[in-house]
Order: sequence, then C-alpha cells, then structure tokens
Amino acid sequence: MSLLLKNLEGVRQLLAPISGESRRAAPVALDRDRADAVLRGGIVPGALHEIFAGDAGAAAAGFTAALAQLVRGRKRLLWIRQDYAALEHGEIGPTGLAELGIDPSGLLMLRAADATDALRAAVDALSCVALGAVIAEIPGNPKILDLVASRRLVLAAQNRGVTAFLLRPGAQVEPSAAETRWLVRSAPCTDREDWGAPRFDAALTRNRRGETGRWLMEWSCDDGIFRTAPAAHPGTVAAAAVDRPAEAASARAERDWRCAG
Amino acid sequence: MPLASAHALVTALRVVAADLPADAALLGAIADWCERYSPFVALDPPHGLLLDITGASHLFGGEAAMLATVAKAFRAQGFLCFGAIAGTAAAARALARFANGTIAAPGDEAATIAPLPVAALDLEPKDTHALERAGLKTIGQVAARTRAELTARFGKEMVAKLERSLGRSEKPISPRRILPAYRAERRFAEPVLSQDFVAETIEGLAASLGAILEERGQGARLLEASFFRTDGAVRRIPVETARPLRDPAVIARLFRTRLDALHDPLDPGFGFDLICLSAVHAERLVPESVGLEARPDEEREIAFLIDRLAARFGAHRILSFQPQDTHIPEAAGIAVPAQHADATDLAWEAREPGEPPRRPLRMFARPEPIEAIAQVPDGPPVSFQWRRVRHRVTRVEGPERIAMEWWQQREHRPTRDYYRVEDDSGQRFWLYRDGLYGRRSEPDVPRWYVHGLFA
Repeated sequence: MSLLLKNLEGVRQLLAPISGESRRAAPVALDRDRADAVLRGGIVPGALHEIFAGDAGAAAAGFTAALAQLVRGRKRLLWIRQDYAALEHGEIGPTGLAELGIDPSGLLMLRAADATDALRAAVDALSCVALGAVIAEIPGNPKILDLVASRRLVLAAQNRGVTAFLLRPGAQVEPSAAETRWLVRSAPCTDREDWGAPRFDAALTRNRRGETGRWLMEWSCDDGIFRTAPAAHPGTVAAAAVDRPAEAASARAERDWRCAG
Repeated sequence: MPLASAHALVTALRVVAADLPADAALLGAIADWCERYSPFVALDPPHGLLLDITGASHLFGGEAAMLATVAKAFRAQGFLCFGAIAGTAAAARALARFANGTIAAPGDEAATIAPLPVAALDLEPKDTHALERAGLKTIGQVAARTRAELTARFGKEMVAKLERSLGRSEKPISPRRILPAYRAERRFAEPVLSQDFVAETIEGLAASLGAILEERGQGARLLEASFFRTDGAVRRIPVETARPLRDPAVIARLFRTRLDALHDPLDPGFGFDLICLSAVHAERLVPESVGLEARPDEEREIAFLIDRLAARFGAHRILSFQPQDTHIPEAAGIAVPAQHADATDLAWEAREPGEPPRRPLRMFARPEPIEAIAQVPDGPPVSFQWRRVRHRVTRVEGPERIAMEWWQQREHRPTRDYYRVEDDSGQRFWLYRDGLYGRRSEPDVPRWYVHGLFA
C-alpha cells in the first residue's frame, strides 16, 4: 500500500510541470493598483510573458526591462539578443538602463546568431536558478518560434521558477503558451511643462488567470514600480478606458489592435 | 652538384621544387602528433624535433623501449627517422644525426659523443672545415684542446656549442606550445570511434584532472581536450572558464556542450588512440568561506552558465557591461566578454533622483542621419524624417552640449548638441546636431542624427 502511495506521489511529481500544478511563487506587484487587480496580484514569476511592440520605438523594450527588474529582485538578468537586432533597433545602452533604475552590472547579454540559437540559449538559461529573469528578444515572426517552442519555454520557466520574457519587436501576434501577453507602445506625456518619466500605453491582451485590460503606465525610475497614470487629457491615447469594466476594455483593446490568439 | 650532372648520372631522376612552407607545416603536424609522448615538444627546423621526455619514459617501458616505439611509429607512417636520447638537447641532436639509436647514459654524454666527427657539432661550415684542416677529426680530439686555444681561434660561441654537446652546459629549449599546468590522458589499445565513448572518456579524464587539481589546490581557467587520431591528425578543443574550476561534472558538461556545438564536428577518421585533457592555465582555488551575506552558490551558478553559453556560442557572445571613465555617451559603458570581465573601481554614474532618464535605453552604434527642420538655425528641430517616416516634435528638452575629447583624438570632431524630443505619438528620441553655427572650427552646415531611443 505504502509502495503504491509512493508511486502515486512520484507520478504526481512527474506530472506537476505538465499539468501546471507546480508550486508557484507569489506574484510580483506591478503597480499595487488597477493593473494588479486585474492580474490578481501582479506578474507571476516562473512563467512566460510576451511583450509585443506597438510602435518602432523602444517602449516595449523599456517595459520589458522594467518588468524584469520587478521580478528579478537582486538576482542577475540575462538579455538574449540577435546580431542584427542591434543594427535594426539599436544596442542596449547601459547608461540608459542605469537611468531607468536598473543596475547594468547585474545584466548579462548574449548575442545569438539567429532565433534558433536565441531560443536554445533561453531554455538553457532558464535552468539556472541564480538568474532572476531571462529576456529573449526575437524580432519578427521566425518559423522556429511556434507553439511548441513557446510551450518549451513555459516548461523551462516553471521547472526552476525563473521568469521568462519574450520581447517581440516588429512581430505579428500569434498563438502561444504565454501566461500574459502585452502590447506596448509609448504614450505622450500629459504634463505640459515637464519632461516626465517613461510612459507606456500598455494593453494586456491575454491573461491566463483573468481579465485583460489597458492602462497608461508610468515607470517610476526612483522607486522601481509602475504608476497607473491618471488619464488627465482626454482625446488622444489617454481616452483608454481605464475606469470601465475590464471586459469592455479588453474587448476594445482586442478590436483596436486586431489581436488574435 | 649541379642539376645537369645529376641528370647525367641518373636518367630517371625526378626533380621536385622544395616547398619550405609545406615542410614547416608538416613538421608542425608531426610535432602535434608527438605530444602523445611528451607535452614538451620543440621544433628544430628544418626537419628536427626535440622532445623533453623527463619523467615520461617510464610510461613507455624505459628509454630504449620509448625510442624504439617512436622510431617504429614514424617508420610505419613512411618517414625516415633518426633518434637519440641524451642529457642535453645539443648532445641528443648530434647523436641522432651521426649515431642513430644511441642512448647516452646520464653524465656520460662526453664519452658517448667523443668518437663522432666534428660535423656533429653543428658549427659554421668554415669552422668545421678549419678544425678538419687542423687535423681534429672527432669531437673527442676537439674536446681535448684547451678552451683558451679554441676561444682564441673560433670565438666564444663555438666553445659554448662544444660544451653543450658534451653535456656540460645547457641552453634551455622553448616548447612549441604553452606547457599545460596539469594533464590527464587515456590511451586505447583499439582505436575509439563512438562519440558516446569519447564523451565517457572525457568524463573519466575530468575526474582524474579534477583530483589532481584538488590535490594542488588549483582550478583551471583554460582547459583543452586533445584528440589524437591513429592517422596522425590531432584535434584540439579549448574551453575557457570564468572562474577557476575543478568540478569534474562541470568540466565534463562544458565539453559536452562544446562538442555538440562544433561547426565541424569531431571526425574520428579511423579512430582515436589517445585522448588527453589538460588544464592549460590554472589558478589558485581556495575553498571559500561562506559568509552570512554572500551567496557563493549563486555566483558559481552564474559562472557555470556563462561558461556553458561561451562554450556553445563563443566567448565573444556572452557579454557583461562595464562603466568607462568618459563623458562621451556611446563610450560611457562598454560590453566586454563576461568570462574576462574584471572588477573595476569605476561605478556607474548615479541617476539623479526625481529626474527622468537622461540617456536612452537603446543606442545606435552608428548614429543615423536624419533630415531635420528647425525654426532657428541653432534651435531644436520642429520635425524630422527618420527611416522614411516624418515625426512632428511636440516636446523638447535640451540642448545638452557635449564636446568631444580633444585630448584623445588626432582629428577634430565637432561638438554635439543633444536634444531629447518627443513626437506626437509619444515616442522619445535622442537627437543631436553635429557642430555649432558660426564657429570657424566647426562644419559649415551642421547635420542632425538620431543617436538613441528612449523607453
């Protein structure tokens, strides 16, 4: 009998990563406000999060770096890039990272030759518990990054509890196994006088644990947390339905961005 | 002998031009192959090799057996081979050329070499000739003369050569490659072909190397696996590490990763008959005392990850950032290979609390030229065109004037006026104007560039 029980326990342990029942760390608060309410506490560590860029700028990269900074704690961060991404989207500026409140000495960067190498390295790196987070920057929609590849990333992330971020500049939204999916673009500053903190128009278009939403988020470089910005000036992007029911907002976002999957 | 005379003597003579570079390359390959006998192999061009077999001969059953083994192996490969063993390189060299197969007992070089002709001393041809003219035919006869006599007639260099040949003094020979600090090897009676067995062997060698390193309190920074093929080809595969390393499991895994990632996979040909693993560079590795604050496991894990990624993708691909002592924005932080990143005294410039970012998250290695329209010549742009898209500027912060480091550069580089601008969609750019208006030292028509993108 005891043998049977032991076997059962073994099977359960084997199945845990597949069924997604592994013990999870507590979510990390994003803004201790509206976004956290929808996300039920914040960003889940040890999972895969996808960030798509809504424009050609660096907003999505900044947003991803900020999320990684929240999740990583005092551990190191690995940023995997492809060779040509540096030409197309620019190199990571360490001084710029420092200005965002992210210590560049805690950052490791891997330059991969192509998407295959980048994904392979990401899966390998996710097994290293000393890393706080892994950012894999995969521009465009390479064939190799399909549902199987993203599922593999999810499993690797769940296995050791290291959080994976998939940064997708210039990519079409496609089905994936990610926990959350964000569509990020920069938002104009509303303050007439001041050159303010980095501001993002972030649409949460997929959330496995609940509703979606869209917010104007401001990254506070000093405190290392997001602030859901007040939508003071109606008209342009600020008209995002921050105060409407989440369902309506998500529906709007879906329609606005023509997101699928 | 002129070639014509040679042709006259032997009608079927085939003439081949000497190919010195090819000879040198072949000698190099043979030297590689000879590392199976001793790690210390030195070249003696144009066609000699010197092996320091100190402490190695017992592995082959004594000096005589070793010399026979080496000679047999060379003959089997189709080479004509002469060899000898002596206490000094010069004595061994002379014996190999004029008394093939001799082994001079320790301290007995002078007696062994005495009957050889003076040509064995490897002197200048005119000196050899002069000795022979003087009636000194053998080395023994030359050695019997007083040194003062010889120095007066032939100079110091000749006497030094004589002493070396007699085994009385020694000139250090330099090995062809850096001698490994520690080395473990495994020989096979039957050539090994299977990749699995190769991996297994590496694991075993890693265990023995790890044990040696542990005994000496050392850790390897540069490891090298050498695969000796039965046909004489040698393949070497180096693996670098970020920290001194001696954990056999980690060493084995690094090599597995490296072997998997090879662009031209390991070709066993007819099989390997010797695989050897050496720690080329070793550093002191003391067991760390674990502090309450420190997280040694984490550091070790990170080092292992860096090594793994470097083994798979190359050391130049895994980078970490280091601050630099300069105000030039693109040079303020550089990416260096993480395996070689040393601790620096420099710190990253602290951000000013409450201020928005002054430097962009993304920076172009080459600033991209743009067409900008400004209201006043030295004012900020009102709109600009970048990558075929026109951006209307709604918000400007600047200028921040950055002069180039005139004390560093030979040619003059113009001053830059940097602006942080935001366009109507909220994208933030870091633009600069190259040059100032109305200065003689600056370009006539300043140009505009995008240098980076803010988050």
